[in-house]
Amino acid sequence: MNLHEYQAAEIFSRHGIRTNAGKIATTPDEAEAIARDLGGIVVVKAQVHTGGRGKAGGVKLARTPEAAREAAETILGMDIRGHIVRKVLVAPGVDIAREFYLGVTLDRARRQNVIMASAEGGVEIEEVARERPERIIRALVDPMLGVHPWQARQIGFELGLDPDKISGFAAIVQRLYDTYIAEDATLTEINPLVLTGAGEWLALDAKMTIDDNALFRHPDLEAMRDLDEENATELDARHSGISFVKLEGDIGCIVNGAGLAMATMDAVKLHGGEPANFLDVGGGASADQVAKAFGLVTADPNVRAILINIFGGITRGDIVAQGIAEALDRVNVQVPIVVRLSGTNAEEGRKLLAENGLAATTSMDEAAAQAVQAARAA
Amino acid sequence: MSILVDRDSRVLVQGITGREGSFHTTQMVEYGTNIVAGVTPGGRGKSVAGAPVFDTVAEAMAETQPNVSIIFVPARFAPDAIYEAVDNDVPFVVCITEGIPVADMVPAYAHVRQRGSRLLGPNCPGLITPGQAKVGIMPGFIHTPGPVGVVSRSGTLTYEVVDALTRAGIGQSTAVGIGGDPVIGTSFIDVLGLFEADPETEAIVMIGEIGGSDEELAAQFIQEHVTKPVVGFIAGRTAPPGKRMGHAGAIISGGSGTAAEKMAALEAAGVRVVDRPSAVPGAIKDALHR
Repeated sequence: MNLHEYQAAEIFSRHGIRTNAGKIATTPDEAEAIARDLGGIVVVKAQVHTGGRGKAGGVKLARTPEAAREAAETILGMDIRGHIVRKVLVAPGVDIAREFYLGVTLDRARRQNVIMASAEGGVEIEEVARERPERIIRALVDPMLGVHPWQARQIGFELGLDPDKISGFAAIVQRLYDTYIAEDATLTEINPLVLTGAGEWLALDAKMTIDDNALFRHPDLEAMRDLDEENATELDARHSGISFVKLEGDIGCIVNGAGLAMATMDAVKLHGGEPANFLDVGGGASADQVAKAFGLVTADPNVRAILINIFGGITRGDIVAQGIAEALDRVNVQVPIVVRLSGTNAEEGRKLLAENGLAATTSMDEAAAQAVQAARAA
Repeated sequence: MSILVDRDSRVLVQGITGREGSFHTTQMVEYGTNIVAGVTPGGRGKSVAGAPVFDTVAEAMAETQPNVSIIFVPARFAPDAIYEAVDNDVPFVVCITEGIPVADMVPAYAHVRQRGSRLLGPNCPGLITPGQAKVGIMPGFIHTPGPVGVVSRSGTLTYEVVDALTRAGIGQSTAVGIGGDPVIGTSFIDVLGLFEADPETEAIVMIGEIGGSDEELAAQFIQEHVTKPVVGFIAGRTAPPGKRMGHAGAIISGGSGTAAEKMAALEAAGVRVVDRPSAVPGAIKDALHR
């Protein structure tokens, strides 16, 4: 789950990292009032779950409260990479002497967390990674012992910091890692982390992603979820234990298993069609859950055919068939349905489907081809 | 021969009295797996599919000497089950559980390694040596003994490929599901190394998917260490960038993680990469007859 900058900043600040305190505005009036309270130059920043806000014009400097109002007028409602801006952060302008990048994330290949830092702060870190990977300093963290002070110091020296700035920097590294662990984050990032003209450390931005699997022990973070930033259907699906991602095509897919679901989308494409969604009904799917999946897919008006691809392992074929039959009683499905059913209890499942007027195949390629054809004919 | 499990495997089931645990214990016993014991705290004296239930792994070890454990414990208790298994010297632990927080798996993985045990998964279907032992949740009947080693990050997609192989008359030495989580105990490289060393495995099928860089690392390993033919399939060519592979994931893999990059890396390492699961048997036949 992604958090907004202002939410991440609040959490960082709770963990002892000095952030650039600002306030949230949802209207130009509010932005103007906040700017007046703060006094002096302010920055108006779009709050959306995507990077590249600066390039898209979502971050503006304002010298007067009136200018802050104008900036908010421009930014609110803006579409940044498909995200509509509904809130702006109004924060004091800062006199920046140097900018850095600092982040904590998981190194999957090493199965360890890693601290990353760069003297190229303020630019997109993916760009640095791609074009100048040698400019990124990495330090793996011992899973049992955490970040050693020497590691934090060493990163600081490698960044070329003056000796009197090292202990302040090392403290931020430690706190950013502590935040990462305490909040079950998969990313904590400050970009840029700045040294002000007065020589003080300040987190000018804050980014945080929380491990969805760990949200059960962080109800406070779950409460920060911004429903405007998430696809309502995807969220609805997750509550039922279904993974759903909406795509642009017209063939609705219902599949068990993430790998098979991706392979099914690929098969649709391979046979000349476009998948309307990714959907994994999950392990041990009940009849109710399959019926729910049906509801999710048919809610998309673009869907012209539905491809159900089930290979029974933990999910038994007869249970899936029962779910399909039940769903057809409950949901009024107007589009053709193509079913592929193999694996555990598949034969019983196919028999049950036949009794309900649905023919099922055993081949995934055949089913994908049939679904593409059915969508074209519809 | 085979890898990791065979007819001599003595299997312990952790979480044996739960819904999934008891269902799959019965399935494994029906397949012929030697389930020697189960553990459920407070379950001592019960029995599931003929296997005695103990309160602790220590007791089960003392009385039944298992050498493999399979875990069906819910996500918030599963890391503890992993610790209990390896702290009692179970050499091989298979964790089926889905949804374990990454922050729990990072230290668990480090501890398993420190104890010298091997972990398969989590969030995996387990593994099967056809005709000998099924330590997992896969449908046993689609497998048949033979010369092809299968390793995969996915569950049902593995069944898909195994089923296609069996229908084409090609058996499997062992089929291993390594799991779809960001932190897993056994990687492609580990399994590829075992298949390379197994005299009964003549060819390998490797099934990957988008995200991370394990396939790229496997490609490098294949180029340097694997002499047996490898056929590959990567799922997710049409997948959009996923939400869990955010900003930071991209930096770790240095811009890799897409299906196209993984396929290119494997092809460059001499792997025959196919575009659909149903094309795997044909490619394997070609490789075996060469």
